[in-house]
Amino acid sequence: MPSIELKNICQYICRDVNLKIRDKELLVLLGPNGAGKTTLVNIIAGLTDYEGSVLFDGAPVDKLSAHKREVGYLFQDLVLFPHLDVAANIAYGLRAKKQPQDQTEARVNKLLQMMKIEHLSSRYPRDLSGGEKQRVALARALAPSPRVLLLDEPLSSLDVPTTKYLRTELKQLQQRLGITTVYVTHDLQEAEEMADRIAVLQDGQLEQAGKPEEVFFYPQNERVSDFIGAPNILDCDHCRSLGRGVMEVGCGGLTIIVPHIGNLAKRIAIFPQDIHISETKPVGPAVNRFKGIVTSVNPTQEAVRIGLKAGAKELTARIPHHIFEDMNLAAGKEVFVILKLRRIRVYEDKGLGKK
Amino acid sequence: MPKKLRPGWGLLPIAVFLAAWELVARFNLVPGELSFPPFSAVVMEFYHLTASGVLGDNFLASLTRVLIGFTAGSIAGIAVGIVMGWREHVNKALHPIISLFYPIPALGWLPLLMLWIGINELLPIAIIFICSFFPVLYNTVTGIRNVDKEYIRVARTLGASDFKILTTVAIPLALPNIFTGLRLEAGMAWRVIIAAEMVAIPTGIGALMMRAESLIRIDIIIVCLIVLAVMCLTFERFFQYMEARLTTKWR
Repeated sequence: MPSIELKNICQYICRDVNLKIRDKELLVLLGPNGAGKTTLVNIIAGLTDYEGSVLFDGAPVDKLSAHKREVGYLFQDLVLFPHLDVAANIAYGLRAKKQPQDQTEARVNKLLQMMKIEHLSSRYPRDLSGGEKQRVALARALAPSPRVLLLDEPLSSLDVPTTKYLRTELKQLQQRLGITTVYVTHDLQEAEEMADRIAVLQDGQLEQAGKPEEVFFYPQNERVSDFIGAPNILDCDHCRSLGRGVMEVGCGGLTIIVPHIGNLAKRIAIFPQDIHISETKPVGPAVNRFKGIVTSVNPTQEAVRIGLKAGAKELTARIPHHIFEDMNLAAGKEVFVILKLRRIRVYEDKGLGKK
Repeated sequence: MPKKLRPGWGLLPIAVFLAAWELVARFNLVPGELSFPPFSAVVMEFYHLTASGVLGDNFLASLTRVLIGFTAGSIAGIAVGIVMGWREHVNKALHPIISLFYPIPALGWLPLLMLWIGINELLPIAIIFICSFFPVLYNTVTGIRNVDKEYIRVARTLGASDFKILTTVAIPLALPNIFTGLRLEAGMAWRVIIAAEMVAIPTGIGALMMRAESLIRIDIIIVCLIVLAVMCLTFERFFQYMEARLTTKWR
């Protein structure tokens, strides 16, 4: 499987993108809608005109049209051929390249098995569920043994449980096949779970490329930081496993219970929207509940950002306007701060290795 | 779930209609000079016309013209339509001309073609050709152009050449549209051939009707109309059936 290199890529929305995707790596292209993610993938596939150079394994492929680049492309809306049954959909790429019939059949059967969809082979796309369509589309993209795999928001049309399940499966499959993959998404959590490395794209510009932890802890600029949700990042002074998948960590005088299997935690992160504020003492156990003082109130278009001081730590919370209006928050006010347990992310190092 | 009617029930209204016709004619309920033949008389006349070979000859003449003209017109329409639908610059070049010709009713060409071709077997065939060509062309172009571009892109990434994409993706997906054109025009061809034969050509079902009119043979006219109705219906149903066979699996 080759590495992919983009050199000075320019197009209507892409502005001078330079990016290296390593051999066997899964790179997530992350960015808001309209950032040029799909365009960039189309450029790699050769489906759109561009300036600059795309190299597979160091060799430029700019002169090759899409049908000669040997890429597997999973489109956002999957686009299974409605007039072909599942087996014929998967066989399409092999037949297009005039593979012998017996080889085609063997390959199709292998993929049906690999995707666990043997029972669907003679069905038509209209009779498939979303998850089934997704598997068929992936099998079809993989059938001609492509050199690189391009996945454009492949899970965006599915329900949440199916998405979670398929995400894991997709990652395992990618690792097993060792195929260089570009995965497009606008979902931070999905990016974090899938990526070997993340490339953040905004307004057609590559803002940052690095391991998920790097992007998360060291956003290169404010735009990246804003996009990933500007999490509160706390260094841990000490940690202690409580068993059953939870751990107690101490961060600047706050004792926080976090979900984590293992016995090491160096850093935790929590998003502003996962911090609750209450003016009165909430009922229930005092887990992840602290007294704090409001230090600033910043209304933005979507929500109100509240600066807080709890223990020795500065935190930022984000609450919706309608809730803010029902409260009486101003700088200097004493409030209760509640951290949502399940939303806290835990890292075993400070973002320089694997989490 | 509504109760399903047995297939035979569709014939009941027709039977009632025929019975009413028979009674109205038998009891002379229609005033006026001209005779209004009962259904039984029409059936008898059908038998006589068939036995004498008059109906068969004229019917075959019309059928041959429709088959040749329609087949040639449809094939040409589909072929040009595919090229126009697939190649943007061909479409740009031909579309203005086609748009001008398409609205002209096929029969509007008759006087011109009578002068150019003369009154011979080629004339009705040419009329039917024109009658089928433009609508089939139009539907084929629409069908090919409406194929979602995503299908074409995905086929391209799977390694299919342009020609392969056309034959394995674009044409199959345009079939429903192409068949709509064929189905409508198959019936229309019969309507047009009758009109052409009434006006300009001395043989065929249309000509037979005109001769019957001059002899005041209402029974023959009705026989011809029934034959015409049955043929229009048969042709349309044939294409409906073909379309279903080719596309219901996936639509």
